[in-house]
Amino acid sequence: MAALPIDGRDGALRRLSDRLVARPRLLVALFLAPPLLWLGVVYLGSLVALLAQSFFSIDEFSGLIVREWTLKTYGELFRPANLDIIGRTVTMAALVTLVGAVIAFPIAYYAARYARGRTKALFYLAVMLPLWSSYLVRVYAWKLILAREGILAWATERTGTTPLLDAWLALPVVGGPSLSISYTGTFLVFLYLWLPFMILPIQAALERVPGSLLEASADLGARPGQTLRKVILPLALPGVVAGSIFTFALTLGDYITPQIVGSSTLYIGQAVYTLQGTAGNIPLAAAFSVVPIAIMVGYLAVAKRMGAFDAL
Amino acid sequence: MNRAPLGLRIAAAAGLLFLHLPLALIFLYAFTTEERSYQFPPPGYTLEWFAVAWNRPDIWAALGLSVRVAATATAIALVLGTLAAAAVARSRFFGRDSVTLLIILPIALPGIVTGIALRSAYSLADIPFSFWTIVVGHATFCIVVVYNNAVARLRRTSGSLVEASMDLGADGFQTFRHVVLPQLSTALLAGGMLAFALSFDEVIVTTFTAGQQTTLPIWMLSELIRPRQRPVTNVVAAMVIAVTFLPILAAYYLTRDGDRIAGQGK
Repeated sequence: MAALPIDGRDGALRRLSDRLVARPRLLVALFLAPPLLWLGVVYLGSLVALLAQSFFSIDEFSGLIVREWTLKTYGELFRPANLDIIGRTVTMAALVTLVGAVIAFPIAYYAARYARGRTKALFYLAVMLPLWSSYLVRVYAWKLILAREGILAWATERTGTTPLLDAWLALPVVGGPSLSISYTGTFLVFLYLWLPFMILPIQAALERVPGSLLEASADLGARPGQTLRKVILPLALPGVVAGSIFTFALTLGDYITPQIVGSSTLYIGQAVYTLQGTAGNIPLAAAFSVVPIAIMVGYLAVAKRMGAFDAL
Repeated sequence: MNRAPLGLRIAAAAGLLFLHLPLALIFLYAFTTEERSYQFPPPGYTLEWFAVAWNRPDIWAALGLSVRVAATATAIALVLGTLAAAAVARSRFFGRDSVTLLIILPIALPGIVTGIALRSAYSLADIPFSFWTIVVGHATFCIVVVYNNAVARLRRTSGSLVEASMDLGADGFQTFRHVVLPQLSTALLAGGMLAFALSFDEVIVTTFTAGQQTTLPIWMLSELIRPRQRPVTNVVAAMVIAVTFLPILAAYYLTRDGDRIAGQGK
């Protein structure tokens, strides 16, 4: 049978196409070249240039960058003030992750086990919409909520719980003059921002737990609480770890939220931002940005071992 | 399937309320008559601020820049993401895992790292800030969104269709145009819309690569730090939420048969 006379194409294009089809490896290489060039040159190139600068130092008198290899800048990370910043950021990230997992679990569990059809689609959209809606607008919403004259103050006054709120604000570390100028405020905003990132992987992990497993557990005499602890939670753990990758990474790199809602203490992101901007200390800024990278690389290695990537 | 226990239902509902009440509040505040504070409940309601916001040239300029940046970055990401997906989905080659990692890296590392890396690279190479310095940053982290959608679709479609097309005499370009592209189109549309939404909303990388230019998120950020006219900010915030809801909904309906909406990592 003769080949179809399609568009009468038999010129250079046809010959080029035939050649490429005959050499699948060349074709793959041609496909890969543009994205790899872009990511390799633009992205990796910039990252490497940044890392290289962390090995430079700054002359304390002239403020100029000394282009000689040294570990001096990394030494500066271990000053008490800088260790404080790192410790504060990591603690915040850990707390946000823990509480986020606790709040996310019932939502994910309900969506995975009880929601069907339309309810399930609604649940999914209810998580996706906040996740994809504007980050800044969501921070802004909390500025409205936590304001002195805002809805939270109004609600506590109406329910007579203002003394409770005042008592919390009077506590040493978590308190402050008002919620919008306290660690509690920063914590709430982070929790709100990253919660959807925790729900989705947990739900994905729970979807994969077969219902028969839970029935078997009940048949063997386990009470619901026991089934939860001994069967469901261990199987959901990879999802929790996968979610924590996001909550952790996002908290570590954020410099806007603590600037808008929080006491005026610094987080890693803010330190990097001010060091490269007003302070002009690119080497220390670069060294500081290695901290979240190092933490995340270690975290990802542990997460991979726990099978978290399958739950992504 | 039996009904969920009461405690679970309450906890799930409370969690969802926690996610959505703040967004609802933004809409409420867009109508408030109170100008100087965030008083709740609002003393009165008005549509006045929509008109004021409509007549502000700085908002239109910021919106225009954001749309142009997002459109250009999305176009670049569509091309690069599809190419990468085509290579990874249909073949196994040395270093395939590293390629996947490289594509995911821009969203796996904190945005501030990407931002400061690009900024220092620009200053090392003496590149002045411009429209294109913003686009380059955005396109870099948008690639993964397109890639995820395209790769998921390519894995579900059968390679035998491509072979059949070739056997029937179509050349590679015709096969791409008439067989592969129609299969991919909704996935690419969804990926493109999510990439657009991602770029449209991005602020952390943008602050490092924008210089003096103001995208809508940068405008929003400056209003958050130094509020000038609070009701106008409220209106813009409400509009931003309303506008970003649409592509998310559309992307969901385009990809819901089987594959998930990619991009759980921003």
